[in-house]
Amino acid sequence: MEDMIKGNHAFAEAAIRAGATFYAGYPITPSSEIMEYLSVRLPEIGGVFIQAESEGASMNILTGASASGVRCFTASSSVGMTLKQEGISHMADSYLPFLAINVVRYGTGLGTLDTGQSDYLRDTRGGGSGDYRTFVLSPYSLQEAVELIDRGFELADKYGMGTILHTEAALGQMMEPCTFPEMKKVERRHGSIDGTYSFERISPLYRDRLKEAIDEKAKYDSIKENEQMWAEESLEDAEYVIVAYGLAGRSATGAVKQLRAEGHKVGLIRPITLWPFPEKAFAKVNKDVKGFISVEENATGQMVEDIALTLKKSDKSSKPVYMFVDAFGVPTMKKIKANFIRVKNGEIKEVY
Amino acid sequence: MAIAKKVPEMLSKQISFCPGCGHGVVVRLLAECVEELKMEKNVIFNVGVGCYSLATPSIEADKFDTLHGRASAVATGFKRCNPDTLVISYQGDGDAYSIGVGESFSAAYRNENITVITVNNTNYGMTGGQMSATTMPGQKTTTSPHGRDCNTTGMPIKFPEMVAATFPNAAYVARGSVTTPKYVNQLKKYILNAFKAQLNNEGYSLIEVLSPCPTNWKMTPLQSLERINKELVDYYPLGEFKTRKEK
Ligand SMILES: Cc1ncc(C[n+]2csc(CCOP(=O)(O)OP(=O)(O)O)c2C)c(N)n1
Ligand code: SF4
Ligand SMILES: [Mg+2]
Repeated sequence: MEDMIKGNHAFAEAAIRAGATFYAGYPITPSSEIMEYLSVRLPEIGGVFIQAESEGASMNILTGASASGVRCFTASSSVGMTLKQEGISHMADSYLPFLAINVVRYGTGLGTLDTGQSDYLRDTRGGGSGDYRTFVLSPYSLQEAVELIDRGFELADKYGMGTILHTEAALGQMMEPCTFPEMKKVERRHGSIDGTYSFERISPLYRDRLKEAIDEKAKYDSIKENEQMWAEESLEDAEYVIVAYGLAGRSATGAVKQLRAEGHKVGLIRPITLWPFPEKAFAKVNKDVKGFISVEENATGQMVEDIALTLKKSDKSSKPVYMFVDAFGVPTMKKIKANFIRVKNGEIKEVY
Repeated sequence: MAIAKKVPEMLSKQISFCPGCGHGVVVRLLAECVEELKMEKNVIFNVGVGCYSLATPSIEADKFDTLHGRASAVATGFKRCNPDTLVISYQGDGDAYSIGVGESFSAAYRNENITVITVNNTNYGMTGGQMSATTMPGQKTTTSPHGRDCNTTGMPIKFPEMVAATFPNAAYVARGSVTTPKYVNQLKKYILNAFKAQLNNEGYSLIEVLSPCPTNWKMTPLQSLERINKELVDYYPLGEFKTRKEK
């Protein structure tokens, strides 16, 4: 069997294997082990590790690294990610790729030290100024995180934009067996700033913003068309479909398996790209489905809005959307199953 | 004998600052020094947000426009990825000492091997002359129309002095001015010192430049120069606060 590794260490090692050589960050629970690990690991491979004075500064340091064409990343948790929004928006405006790992801790403002999924809307909508998107990828296991970190860097480079690995305190802190790919060598991106003035970088004051706006829209449309990722179970005959991502998605995967074994016609959509939202998965659901149930680790329900919006433009626009939210913790299979039965028995009112 | 003064090739395009503005002189000196050191194909002009942002379209070299106040952080990223390239961080008093004081201080603290140029015109020029961290006691600005009251706003910040006193390993720290030919020549020497220190991997270098902003000071260009020579240099002494150890 593969060696056990702690989540945060696995994220850090995955980024190294994916060819990243530059990290800047600021400590925060529950993601600090990422930078602790890198403070040793990056110098080992001749990379750059910077403990910056704040999350905001680390994002701006990354801006210089990414503009230099170097594969770079940062990590933080919820309130720390708030400070990165300024830099994320500026990097988006400058078409600079990066990976930012958000090991979400539950809560608003300073938040708590508990696990949760309270940053869904902020991360999928973008918390900085302007009209931009970032890829938002959410793993349900450490192995999937390792794969998504590599994929996240590739997507960021391909489209000249940022990727957020949106994960949870519980995944960052838990240990699982995990295999890593071989070290990848990534060249500096073509057309980056290296002092030689090999290309003219147009000043922000002189850019053709109208043309860029049209191009951005086309780019985002093409991403929505081509880059959706999800996992699914039994959508063809499902009477109810549970939708959950990250560790809630992992719990839901188990719950759906058991419910099926108990004779319930239930299906599962586990979004892996939170942006672009996997709308295509919903198109695969049979048209006689009775409803969708969003399972989330927060208090108010966030992804449930994306489910409702997705259904609105499909042939299932009249289907009810329910939610089961569980702040402070990963919902257990038992709880998910119990809430499914309550929905089925008409004891829970739909949200949309 | 007539001396032929050539405009640096990387500045062949026109730059538009107000008449009598000091930014033009600073940009010109930086370009001259880069060319004298033959670094024009191995330099990154990293620029904050202020009136000097108007200069980047005209600088024909690698350049990058950062967010307001974040230039020293971005320059850190550039330098760590391009250790043999001359990295210049061009900022203003508002950019470097107020909104970006954390980034400025921390780059100095980490002893990043970059050269930071802060043009101190004692106000936020670009946004219409509001009070900045270097506005002088009693100075009228659009946010201190009755004159800066230091009892409620604090005393003007002396960043070079602070860096020189706090960070013994900083490579080079000086304050210059653009008000007379003598001072311009002196400033050019300071800039060359800072660049050479950086190219020799000696660490962080910082040059503050006292610079006129006739438009917002509501003075003629000549009155602005006089104000610097008479009033500012008393509070902001010119000279080197930290000289290079190696030459
Ligand atoms: C986050 C943010 N806040 C405010 C501004 C508006 N702004 C642009 S330039 C500037 C002040 C620039 O002052 P300084 O750095 O001293 O440059 P100067 O124009 O005086 O040379 C301000 C406040 C901005 N661009 N970004
Ligand atoms: S407003 Fe002041 S700093 Fe800005 S260009 Fe005019 S004179 Fe120069
Ligand atoms: Mg100013």
